[in-house]
Amino acid sequence: MSGCPANLKANPLLSRWFRLDQQPVVGVRSGKVELGQGVSTALAMIAATELGLDIDQIDILPADTAHGPDEGYTAGSFSVEHGGAAIRWAAAQVRELAAQAAATVLGARADQLVVEAGQFRRPGHNEGVTYWHLHDRINLDVSALDLAAPVLHGGTIDNAQMQRPDLIGKLSGAGFIQDMTWPDLLHGRVLRPDHPQDRLMTCDEASARALPGVVAVVRDGHFAGVVAHSDEVALAAIALLRRSAQWERGAALPVDDGLNGWMDHATPVSTCFLDEAQPEKDCPIQHAARYSRPFIAHASIGPACAVAYWHDGQLQVWSHSQGIYPLRRQLARTFGLEAEHVNVTHAHGAGCYGHNGADDVVLDAALLARSVKAPVMCLWTRADELSWSPFGAAMRMELSAGLDANGQILVWNHAVWSPTHLARPGFGDGVNLLAAGDLAKPHARPPLADAPRPQGGGDRNAVPLYDVGARKITHHLLPQGPLRSSALRALGAHANVFAIESFMDELAGLAGRDPLEFRMAHLSEPRGRAVIEAVAKAADWTVNAPGGEGHGRGLGFARYKNLGAYCAVVAEVEVAETVRLVKVTAAVDAGEVIHRDGLLNQIEGGIIQAASWTLKEAAGWTQDGFKTRSWADYPILNFSEIPAINIVLVAPEGAASLGGGECAAGPVAAAIGNAVAHALGVRVRDMPLTPERITQAIHA
Amino acid sequence: MVTTQTSGIGVQSQNLIINGTEVNLSVDGEMPLLSVLRDRMDLKGSRIGCTEGYCGACTVLVDGKPVQSCNTPVWSVTGKAVTTIEAVDRHPVLAEVQRVFIGLQAAQCGYCTNGIMMTLAGLLSQSPRPDRAHIVAHLDERHLCRCGVHARVLKAIDQLLSHSERASA
Repeated sequence: MSGCPANLKANPLLSRWFRLDQQPVVGVRSGKVELGQGVSTALAMIAATELGLDIDQIDILPADTAHGPDEGYTAGSFSVEHGGAAIRWAAAQVRELAAQAAATVLGARADQLVVEAGQFRRPGHNEGVTYWHLHDRINLDVSALDLAAPVLHGGTIDNAQMQRPDLIGKLSGAGFIQDMTWPDLLHGRVLRPDHPQDRLMTCDEASARALPGVVAVVRDGHFAGVVAHSDEVALAAIALLRRSAQWERGAALPVDDGLNGWMDHATPVSTCFLDEAQPEKDCPIQHAARYSRPFIAHASIGPACAVAYWHDGQLQVWSHSQGIYPLRRQLARTFGLEAEHVNVTHAHGAGCYGHNGADDVVLDAALLARSVKAPVMCLWTRADELSWSPFGAAMRMELSAGLDANGQILVWNHAVWSPTHLARPGFGDGVNLLAAGDLAKPHARPPLADAPRPQGGGDRNAVPLYDVGARKITHHLLPQGPLRSSALRALGAHANVFAIESFMDELAGLAGRDPLEFRMAHLSEPRGRAVIEAVAKAADWTVNAPGGEGHGRGLGFARYKNLGAYCAVVAEVEVAETVRLVKVTAAVDAGEVIHRDGLLNQIEGGIIQAASWTLKEAAGWTQDGFKTRSWADYPILNFSEIPAINIVLVAPEGAASLGGGECAAGPVAAAIGNAVAHALGVRVRDMPLTPERITQAIHA
Repeated sequence: MVTTQTSGIGVQSQNLIINGTEVNLSVDGEMPLLSVLRDRMDLKGSRIGCTEGYCGACTVLVDGKPVQSCNTPVWSVTGKAVTTIEAVDRHPVLAEVQRVFIGLQAAQCGYCTNGIMMTLAGLLSQSPRPDRAHIVAHLDERHLCRCGVHARVLKAIDQLLSHSERASA
């Protein structure tokens, strides 16, 4: 059926999405899960709009592989764009089915009826019938593809005062997977090494087993864990195992010089995916520069957690994974089960910004629970979280360009080196769950790959949106680096945009032009121009404002993935020994806005997190292993470092919704980098922009 | 009076006052207060975060003062009044903090939020009330947020301080 959204086509049974037997609410299931980003609220608002319900008549049910739709991963800022489109279409079809049933009951024509607060009635009549009265007469076990394209109401409910329904519970008591409890719940912990190349050979299992309260010590190949009646006992047992553990170290790690020097000795798989004919004109202005970003940590506030329960040869797990269906298939493969014998139910976790330890801890829990006849909750420690959770990949970007005498860019080269940004379980052949490689019968990891274009991984946003003449863009995919890497918010866009936008400022300087004017002279994309104009106005951008003396302002712009939301950012900084971020102004075009405050909250969070990455964050290693094992080793932005934030939302009439959670990452990094350069007169091209690097740049 | 039993080494009877209720627990005195609250009392609103006193997700009030419960041994709070987020309805300042946070939607995942709200309730209940700079310095030292809700938390502090000025004017 033309127009039917892809996620609904893939899950066409309406009963996968809606339940009408839960009076006084309509149950909605989405495959796009709540990761703390508030997406459930936006999805509920779309469903309410199309069904003709009040928001409190929608109950977002937990995503679950036994009942809900398979929408892959909740990632890539696609939840509203793809997940919302599917719910909108399916909800409109349910409303039309209900209207037909209501018409029969009320003796009217379906198109004469109005629906309000879930009640269908003829205009001018008070009596009517509700979804719940009609639910016996409505068959939702029908395929959306067998029904006519519905009339979409479109838009959203009035949301000036809209509050997220899930917050009040969380802000009053329990609400997270870590809070789940059963009378017979057992507690599991696992033993992980301090060094990325260590493998467990032996440990004194007997001493752990002898500890009162220990139920089981589980060994399988290089994997070790314990199950106990309480978490403290499980931790004590792990401490005993650690004391006696013998590790075998694999390959030595290269030196961590903070500048990705290890990349010099790694052999990439190189793809030049855009190579346009060089111009014949001369380029009197030439420039080249190299930029970098280190590995960065997810650093979730809550430790990864899962509950697993084996019964009758079936595995039930609760998880804060981003992809419950891919996880189900990975678990089935690991344990040699049919996928139908594994069920994954989503439970809320602490804020998730990509592929963190959520999936890995599920396999840990399942391995531990296999030895007992009760559900087992497995928790990671803070050290596990900051070392064994996959990292956002380190990146190196080399840019060069040629300009004519008028300052017009004629040639643009961008090469990016990076290990993978996408090692999610279920992506590629093999099993990408941490413990799977440690088992006596290990499962091979998938072969080296990165997120495919056009979204891209290391090459995400490597192609500038500007008109830059002949472009040559090369992606050098490196084998797994010293730290395990995978998807972290914005993937390669954070550093590629940092590089492109820093380079644009450098070129503007060489051409003797204002950074804003220089960009506009190279940008014909109307929505891109609109956000840059909007941010310039909101930030009161003064053309050719003098910098130096420690005060500066900088601009950054990108369209996320070159196919998502547009974002332009102006940062103002004061630089002394450290960079003080004074103010961030952002203009965002995310198309039609469903939940305004939710979108603003996501953009604010994106700004602050990206500022933290850019100014402070670096994961690393020594010859002894992981360098970041505690928050003391991994500082993030704190409250006194938060800038004033002003966000302007712009969008052309009728533009479709685009996700907003990731669009600010690159532009914020770039705006900060450019502001620092404007303030100092010298540029720092390596993130994070620490006091040491600032001092170095000044004295260079 | 709620009484629970457990077995283990170093177990002693601990008299606690949790959210206004006297509780007698047989637990190891070195057990972290957070574990007692979450695992023995089923009060899950104090979060398990880093368990080493950095992130503040576990913050509760002990005799009105914000304390990180993850590295506070339970023996050290015997006989003292422990207040958790679950007592929000009986603690007017905490209720006001929660009301302002909900009003501003000053949360994303909400995992760190209860700890921050407990700290603010504790600081705002002190007499005299500390100023904004003191509160922010306290948050810098004791709390982390990863979703980037800081700007809204700061807005909430401003709103709470302006309420209290009005109230005392």
